[in-house]
Amino acid sequence: MELNGAQIVVQSLIDEGVEYIFGYPGGAVLHLYDAIFQQEELKHILVRHEQGATHAADGYARATGKPGVVLVTSGPGATNAVTGIATAYLDSIPLVVISGQVSLPVIGSDAFQEVDMVGITRPCVKHNFLVKDVTKLAETIKKAFYVATSGRPGPVVIDIPKDITAPNIKVPYSYPETVSIRSYNPVVTGHKGQIKKAVDLLLSAKRPIIYSGGGVVLGEASEQLIEFTRALGYPITNTLMGLGSYPATDKQNVGMLGMHGTYEANMAMHESDVIIAIGARFDDRVTGKLDLFCPYAKIIHIDIDPASISKTVRVAIPIVGDVKQVLEQMLGMIKESSIQIDTEALAQWWKQISEWQAINCLEFDRSSPLIKPQYVIEQLYEVTQGEAYVTSDVGQHQMWAAQYYKFNKPRRWINSGGLGTMGFGLPAAIGVKLAFPEANVACVTGEASIQMCIQELSTALQYKTPIKILNLNNRYMGMVRQWQEFSYESRYSHSYMDTIPEFVKLAEAYGHVGMRIDKPEEVRPTLETAFAMKDRTVFIDIMTDRTENVYPMIEAGKGHHDMKLRVAIGTSTDRELA
Amino acid sequence: MRHIISILMENESGALSRVAGLFSARGYNIESLTVAPTEDPSLSRMTLVTRGNDDIIEQITKQLNKLIDVVKLIDLADSFHIERELLMVKVKTSPEMRDEIRSMTDIFRGKIIDVTPTTYIIEMTGPSEKLDAFIAAIDPESIIEAVRSGPTGISRGELGLHL
Ligand SMILES: Cc1cc2nc3c(=O)[nH]c(=O)nc-3n(C[C@H](O)[C@H](O)[C@H](O)COP(=O)(O)OP(=O)(O)OC[C@H]3O[C@@H](n4cnc5c(N)ncnc54)[C@H](O)[C@@H]3O)c2cc1C
Ligand SMILES: Cc1ncc(C[n+]2csc(CCOP(=O)(O)OP(=O)(O)O)c2C)c(N)n1
Ligand SMILES: [Mg+2]
Repeated sequence: MELNGAQIVVQSLIDEGVEYIFGYPGGAVLHLYDAIFQQEELKHILVRHEQGATHAADGYARATGKPGVVLVTSGPGATNAVTGIATAYLDSIPLVVISGQVSLPVIGSDAFQEVDMVGITRPCVKHNFLVKDVTKLAETIKKAFYVATSGRPGPVVIDIPKDITAPNIKVPYSYPETVSIRSYNPVVTGHKGQIKKAVDLLLSAKRPIIYSGGGVVLGEASEQLIEFTRALGYPITNTLMGLGSYPATDKQNVGMLGMHGTYEANMAMHESDVIIAIGARFDDRVTGKLDLFCPYAKIIHIDIDPASISKTVRVAIPIVGDVKQVLEQMLGMIKESSIQIDTEALAQWWKQISEWQAINCLEFDRSSPLIKPQYVIEQLYEVTQGEAYVTSDVGQHQMWAAQYYKFNKPRRWINSGGLGTMGFGLPAAIGVKLAFPEANVACVTGEASIQMCIQELSTALQYKTPIKILNLNNRYMGMVRQWQEFSYESRYSHSYMDTIPEFVKLAEAYGHVGMRIDKPEEVRPTLETAFAMKDRTVFIDIMTDRTENVYPMIEAGKGHHDMKLRVAIGTSTDRELA
Repeated sequence: MRHIISILMENESGALSRVAGLFSARGYNIESLTVAPTEDPSLSRMTLVTRGNDDIIEQITKQLNKLIDVVKLIDLADSFHIERELLMVKVKTSPEMRDEIRSMTDIFRGKIIDVTPTTYIIEMTGPSEKLDAFIAAIDPESIIEAVRSGPTGISRGELGLHL
């Protein structure tokens, strides 16, 4: 079969099994758009801003486990995509981003809409390619998908000069079934000796804790993690990125750890004697001050990326490998091991943990006349029976969504953890809804974040992706205000917008349903009404208590055992902000 | 500690900037860097001298290995190895100084590879310290310009960096 470059791109994507491509046209990709026009298999989703394309593809990828695919033009199209690429990079999400480039002969001449996309994205991609020969196009696309999805996943950019896609140059086409790259061979099977040592240490622990992260979600190892955790009977804590990989409602789960983690999770980390980190990367939001991190613990670390191991925290037993395989190997050894778990010590440990749990660190004022954001999330959980896909933006609302929506399944919690990208939530929700049209998809956002990609409301209408947007409107960049309150003597420098749009009208202008509530008793019925509107996108503008802060909190420079807890319930209501 | 890392990588445009970019993005220092194609034209070999404690060097080698274009690498400082650097130095020569410079060059086993009525160009290879010593031994006023390649190295014995 002879195809031109543009047709090769489209056909390769189809042969790769790509369902949706999120994009925006422009000069350098016109040949590609012409090829897209002339077929029906590959469905193109026209976003309203290239950042939206990357986040939507990213949301699709996080929810499905399949790579998200993006198409943007050269120059401004490409640079607009960079924030989304970096977002995917920091959370290890597989994306393949195709950017148009000016034609080969004019590269380097400051041609119209020329930017060095390969250079700009180098530090925020797993790998990138500049295609210089049409006969290499199909193979490059295959490589891109292979690199993006294998090992530690991540975004890959393919920069394609316009002349490579020219309609008149046809070459033989066949899509390679497999591809190998001599310089790239991710290790998947763990070292047996190391695993044996780890099992021995684990079984001899007196105050153990399992600390699992996004790697379990990425590695589809939720089932293995559950079996492993139950077999040991040890407490487990998840990172923000690992939520859902172990059921939140399970009694062994002590909740999220880190800056806004639970008191019990952080205390258990601090006091533990053995920690097993599974697909988690000791992020600074998790560890707090490194010198104070887990002073009594020997640490085991399973990660597919050797560079994640001993990057910030030195570990006793590193295991490089795929979490699913390693957990299976470990389970086998645990069953055969002659070492008996010290059940008395473990019971004592659980007793200690239940004392920490009794502090009830996530309790909040339920009698407030104002809408408490935590209550909204609790109600969202109940109305959707814990089965929704929840995307979020970045800020206090993100933390409340993480703390109060009890995710029992992986890939249901879709948020930007590593880069913390405001504007992520709405386009990501569109991507999720395309992947799962029957599922409830909620976007928990804030009045500042939502304005960063608000234009995608129009995309949601065009492609009939009925999502529910819960705008926790506290009239502040709450997260910024909270830091200013704690660390800058309440000097609220520019964390407040004097003008905020009327979101109801805005939603209506985009062709959706808008609702606004400001009383706690309206929350439940409004959510029910909104979710009953199966075929409409509903924007619920929820006026929440603007003084509410996220607790517990580990402040900068503190250790896990030194958390700031909520002020006594009752005193927070009607609090005047300084 | 000083480490000398030898890298085999795909001989592709952009591979060098991936390595250089990694060092600047992660704040690692590069003391010197040399690169050239190998006998296999699809590969180039880079020698990079850097400094850092063990933790930093471990991260550097892991991060380098993570680059898709990097095929293999070794830290030559881990084993017996030989290092060489090339120096070319152009010196001003007055008639009365010529003999002295010539004999100094001989002592250091260098070669004079270009002569004009008023200048010499001296070529010298050796471990970096030897080149340092030579530079220190000649009159600094006489040096017009000096260029050094940065060290490159190879491990001794049967072990080696190859595919
Ligand atoms: C406002 C805000 C507040 C935050 N507060 C918190 C907080 O309180 N607590 C918290 O936890 N986070 C918090 N975060 C998120 C934080 O910044 C990090 O994104 C997060 O902690 C990283 O999660 P992780 O360690 O699970 O790693 P991820 O980024 O999910 O990385 C996954 C790790 O698993 C590895 N991996 C991938 N695939 C596999 C596989 N198949 N097998 C084995 N290993 C694999 C990867 O190499 C990587 O090391 C916050 C973020 C924001 C924006
Ligand atoms: C693109 C981007 N710019 C700035 C920030 C810094 N930032 C983090 S949270 C936040 C405020 C978010 O406000 P809002 O969306 O209203 O959420 P709230 O904290 O009030 O719930 C800001 C500005 C960011 N994370 N992303
Ligand atoms: Mg806000």
